[in-house]
Amino acid sequence: MNTQSNAIPDSPVEARVSAPAMIPESRLLYWSVQRELWESRSIYIAPLGAAGLILCGFLLSMFRLPSQMRAALALDPMQQHELLSKPYNFASLLIMGTTFIVAVFYCLDALHGERRDRSILFWKSLPVSDLTTVLSKASIPIVVIPLLTFAVTVITQWTMVLMSSVALLGSGLSLTTLWNELSLSQMWMNLLYHLVTIHALWYAPIFCWLLLVSAWARRAPILWATLPLLAIALVERIAFNTMHFAAMLGNRMGGGAEAITMQGSAPMDPMMTHLTPAHFVSSAGLWIGLTIAAAFLAGAVRLRRDQGPV
Amino acid sequence: MACIEARGLRKAYGTTIALDGVNMKVEEGRILGLIGPNGAGKTTALDSILGLTPYQGQLRTLGRDPWNERDQLMRDVCFIADVAVLPRWARVSQLLDYVGGVHPRFDRAKAEGFLAKTTIQRSSKVRELSKGMVTQLHLALVMAIDARLLVLDEPTLGLDILYRKQFYDSMLNDYFDRNRTIVVATHQVEEIEHVLTDVMFIDRGRIVFDCSMEELESRYTEVKVRPEQVVAARALKAISERHAIGGSVMLFDGVDRQLLASLGEARTPSIADLFVAVISNQPGRAQGAAL
Repeated sequence: MNTQSNAIPDSPVEARVSAPAMIPESRLLYWSVQRELWESRSIYIAPLGAAGLILCGFLLSMFRLPSQMRAALALDPMQQHELLSKPYNFASLLIMGTTFIVAVFYCLDALHGERRDRSILFWKSLPVSDLTTVLSKASIPIVVIPLLTFAVTVITQWTMVLMSSVALLGSGLSLTTLWNELSLSQMWMNLLYHLVTIHALWYAPIFCWLLLVSAWARRAPILWATLPLLAIALVERIAFNTMHFAAMLGNRMGGGAEAITMQGSAPMDPMMTHLTPAHFVSSAGLWIGLTIAAAFLAGAVRLRRDQGPV
Repeated sequence: MACIEARGLRKAYGTTIALDGVNMKVEEGRILGLIGPNGAGKTTALDSILGLTPYQGQLRTLGRDPWNERDQLMRDVCFIADVAVLPRWARVSQLLDYVGGVHPRFDRAKAEGFLAKTTIQRSSKVRELSKGMVTQLHLALVMAIDARLLVLDEPTLGLDILYRKQFYDSMLNDYFDRNRTIVVATHQVEEIEHVLTDVMFIDRGRIVFDCSMEELESRYTEVKVRPEQVVAARALKAISERHAIGGSVMLFDGVDRQLLASLGEARTPSIADLFVAVISNQPGRAQGAAL
């Protein structure tokens, strides 16, 4: 997270000598993101906590591993693969689920919290534009959290493989089946693809909607973010006896998978032919979603300029 | 170029009029006290000047349109709002890092120097500091910024007398010079009286009094009138009269001080007394409106 810190002058003397009247936008953005990470430590504590839990559970399961492995050797490769990769998929699902919840709550509080505690008056006393601030806040769920999820998952799964290997070697079993059937690099490619396409791009309008509500609501942003949507769906159902709005929301929440992968293909195809990035990039749903996300963000920028403390 | 120039500044919240055609001009290098009762429009006026709230009318702060150029304006302007607004979760060191990261005119060494005079620890979180310490911290951050305009909105509200005195002392001694302008809104007038160069009274959204301290000293005289001179004194049309032990105290505008000295004990009025007199004389104000 501190990769850019080299670019920041460390000593005040140096800073003064080269002090420009303007600070580059990238540096303003960097410090704005940094401040979000200081404030919302759950962004990294929650996935690390989830990873810790997974590793504890997995460590305990090591007692059963040698007998499980012996049973697995009798199965055909497809079943072996499924059996062995199960805890790894579970781990990545759990971490991803955790970070998604963190992202949702982060967004709901991002522009509301600073108005609630009046610190917005301090942030606005500094030469950082509302656009930069809102972009830095949007980058947390859309860029920072997916990358962090990837890093934490990779480290967790790597630790799991090492733990299994030690347990298998300890009971005199070969590592070949485990290492062959897990195909870690493919698993990680899939994970990264999923995070970028679904969590970052497909969910972007969801996060931006939450940010917009967070900038607008005077209280209880979580209710303002959800109840009006339910109300629209309900009114549509009563008035027209249709469910288009609800279907659209459902598609946004859970329908991304259809856009990024080919249906019915083997999920662990070594050539990754089941992934359809070209199809995803050319799908209308993606671009409509991103356009809506941009509109929500523009609204949030405007609201942040207009709204004072609550 | 005036530091702040406003003409016909108006702002309404629903049916409540917060600013009702404010005209003001603040030149560079002045220390202006903006004084008014609660709800007079002080904070709204300052928020407009800082680009925190939209307004109608003409307004330039340091030659910029504050509402549309708030972020550029903040390179040259600092402000401390009425209550502690530093984020409670932040550590002192994080605030120093952040302000240093985003502000081109922040001198970290200077801020560290100010903090060294206090008991504030770098590793403390804002939530762990007392209210007085939070104000010290905020002042240390602000004074380390080489700004042209400093706006303070009730900066010492809720602080004890030691912190209040220290606040204005360090602002004057360590910060103020002729290239900077300071605007202070407050109703604790007594403490800032001696530091001001100009004073404005605001009441119900209007500037009702605007005067430099030199002008105030030459124009206004307060006389503790001897009982036998009361009738003669009243003939000179005092702008206010109040009763005190041993006679009436009258306030005169533009009456020769030599003449007034013959009626009793004459001196320059305090801003508080002048404020009460001016505000009570506003049409529709009950006599004796207090600070």
